Amino acid sequence: MKKLLALLLALSMMLALAACGGDTSGDTTGDTGDAAATETEDTTSADDGAEAEETGDSAETTGTAIDPSEIQIGVIYIGDEQEAYTANHYNGLVAACEALGIDPDTQVINRWTVPESEAAADALYELADSGCDIIFATSFGHESYVLQVAAEYPDIQFFHATGYQAATSELTNVHNYFADIYQARFLGGVAAGMKLQEMIDNGTITEDQAKVGYVGAYPFAEVISGFTSFYLGVRSVCPSAVMQVTYVNSWSDAALESEAAQQLIADGCVIISQHSDTTGPATVCQTAQESGSEVYFVGYNIDMTAVAPDACLTSAKINWNVPMQHAIEAVLNGEAAAVDASYGLEEEAVEITPLNTAIIAEGTQEAVDADTAAIIDGSLQVFDTSTFTVGGETITSTVDIDGYNGNEYIVDGAFAESTLASAPAFAFIIDGVTAPEA
Amino acid sequence: MRRQKEPLFQMSRREELPFLKAVFIRAVAVVLSLLVCALFIFLLTGLNPAEVYATMIDGAVGTSRRSWILVRDAMVLLCVSLALAPAFRMRFWNIGAEGQILVGGVATAACMIILGDALPAPALMLVIIVTSVLAGAIWGLIPALFKARWNTNETLFTLMLNYVAIQIVSYCVVFWENPAGSNSVGVINPSTNAGWLPSLFGAQYGWNVVIVLVLTAVMYLYMNHSKQGYEVAVVGESENTARYAGISVSRVIIRTMAISGGIAGLAGFILVSGSGHTISTTIADGRGYTAIVVAWLARFNPVYMILISFFLTFMERGAIQIATAYNLSEYASDMVTGIILFFILGSEFFINYQLRLRKKEAA
Repeated sequence: MKKLLALLLALSMMLALAACGGDTSGDTTGDTGDAAATETEDTTSADDGAEAEETGDSAETTGTAIDPSEIQIGVIYIGDEQEAYTANHYNGLVAACEALGIDPDTQVINRWTVPESEAAADALYELADSGCDIIFATSFGHESYVLQVAAEYPDIQFFHATGYQAATSELTNVHNYFADIYQARFLGGVAAGMKLQEMIDNGTITEDQAKVGYVGAYPFAEVISGFTSFYLGVRSVCPSAVMQVTYVNSWSDAALESEAAQQLIADGCVIISQHSDTTGPATVCQTAQESGSEVYFVGYNIDMTAVAPDACLTSAKINWNVPMQHAIEAVLNGEAAAVDASYGLEEEAVEITPLNTAIIAEGTQEAVDADTAAIIDGSLQVFDTSTFTVGGETITSTVDIDGYNGNEYIVDGAFAESTLASAPAFAFIIDGVTAPEA
Repeated sequence: MRRQKEPLFQMSRREELPFLKAVFIRAVAVVLSLLVCALFIFLLTGLNPAEVYATMIDGAVGTSRRSWILVRDAMVLLCVSLALAPAFRMRFWNIGAEGQILVGGVATAACMIILGDALPAPALMLVIIVTSVLAGAIWGLIPALFKARWNTNETLFTLMLNYVAIQIVSYCVVFWENPAGSNSVGVINPSTNAGWLPSLFGAQYGWNVVIVLVLTAVMYLYMNHSKQGYEVAVVGESENTARYAGISVSRVIIRTMAISGGIAGLAGFILVSGSGHTISTTIADGRGYTAIVVAWLARFNPVYMILISFFLTFMERGAIQIATAYNLSEYASDMVTGIILFFILGSEFFINYQLRLRKKEAA
């Protein structure tokens, strides 16, 4: 019996530990070791400084300018630097700090791997208590907790990425920010479409086989807007293309994302793109290329060419430094920051990473450059309603459509994405796209 | 004939150790684990371990808010451990607390969403508590009935039910998600606070503490000074003895698992109504497994469980603070907690067994 007990104890310990570290992705120890080695001293002093003024005297925010060397910034991230979305966000913050003369090592408190639960509120309270003047939250599900904490700290400015409730919250210190990623996705789509058309012209595939696969996280507007803009980009140069979408119901799950990509390839997709946080799909496409099947890929968040040198045409990327720099600047100057902020190609808040010249179709760079210019000068609207139909019909108004709360998004013959709120709102499954029911 | 070679070590059961000696062995284990962690921290990061430990203490109890978070998390862990104690004393390996917490939590969320505006606050709270306890009890009853009726393996059964519970929660999250498609329910009733456990004497988690501490006392009395508690112990020692004594074993199993599941369901209620105010598949967060460690280390003594819950939560909160202060990944701090648990659990071996080195043989 005692042996059984010992065994059981060992088992329960394993389960407990497995539960603790269940979502460890990859090798964390080495990198964290390095990070700590370089940043130890500074971070400690930052923390000490923060502790010293913990009495909640953050009254010097709104209305008063703050010296860049005085400001304290807090951030909660959904993941850590091993994960593309968080890494991209963190790099953006560091760039914004450097541009404004803020030391990212001593004046920023980073809270990694903050889940979307009351732990987010705990972390936000901690940051608020330790004297931060401005606090960023990076994940969609943090928003409820941002609102909760912000209500208790009216002198601290809160900026939440990808959220949608700032405008309706009646809190003046809560802001949403995002980027017009649909513009970059459209350009990524153009690069993919050029490749597709080249494959058709070369006889690699027929017109009917021009099929795009898309690994999406969840069936809601942010993702739908993303894949629609990508698809419209593809179709602007390859009219016969169709697209199949698979949802993995997770923002970040390398195994599920890879599986979805494999399934899409098995279903005949020759271009894969994604709206999820790992490089799983990129790796799948690279493997497919290496085993002789022609499958190309457009990445997201970071330049995924390194992972898939033979498959990745380009990657759509948000430069978070742009909205974050605007936010910090407003706080530094003691000005009211925009409640909803979304910046696009023009402000270089979104971009596609350098085209992979080894594999792109001829003329891609020119096509992308032309469309970039056209999007910036307004002559090209990504969601031009004349370029797509829903259920065979052209969308003329969103006022009476569920989910738009009576707002009119169709302006001058195009869906005016990210204008009324920073978070994407386009939620139509357009003809040519096959997506599972939400 | 060759004499059989004696093994290098010989393991033998110890007699019951004197209390102080057992405490001493555990203390040595904790000290050793802290030393190994210090070495680990130093080798991997080059930080001063003493400073790191100071940061841990600061992170767990450095401010009143941190102390309250420590109390809140320790109370939930304690509640789940209380749920497991009677089942484990009965030698019913309930690995399913995770799922019982989840169904309790989802029942709470359901009441908050559906009845939030329909009932006055006290009635709503009563309905929520009853529903969550019932939901947990049902989740505990299912494997108990099968065990009592068909003698199924409860370890596998309860473990598998965890996954069923996760799927149920996933389904409900999709059902209640806000906005549609986002797979996140968000804070429930943020403006009305309907169904939220109110604060007590100005302490936000006051009720959490009261509920769990009262439960601790009740469980202590139940396990040690009640007929039913005695029956549980007898069934745990030997089912045959229990039968011989006229105890209906299946009845005891079913009753005890209903209690066990019900309390775990109550832990789900505390998590949803008393702290997070939302529901997701991760609210249990491994507590159902960690609580097994707590219950075992405490030898099912609810008073020790208080100490151990606090210790483990203290380590966890401290670990989070290290991660922030030194910009380490939280996985590094998980490793520290893992090392300490490993040593503490390992020390149980030395408390139960003694090792004798092989005696030198005369050549």
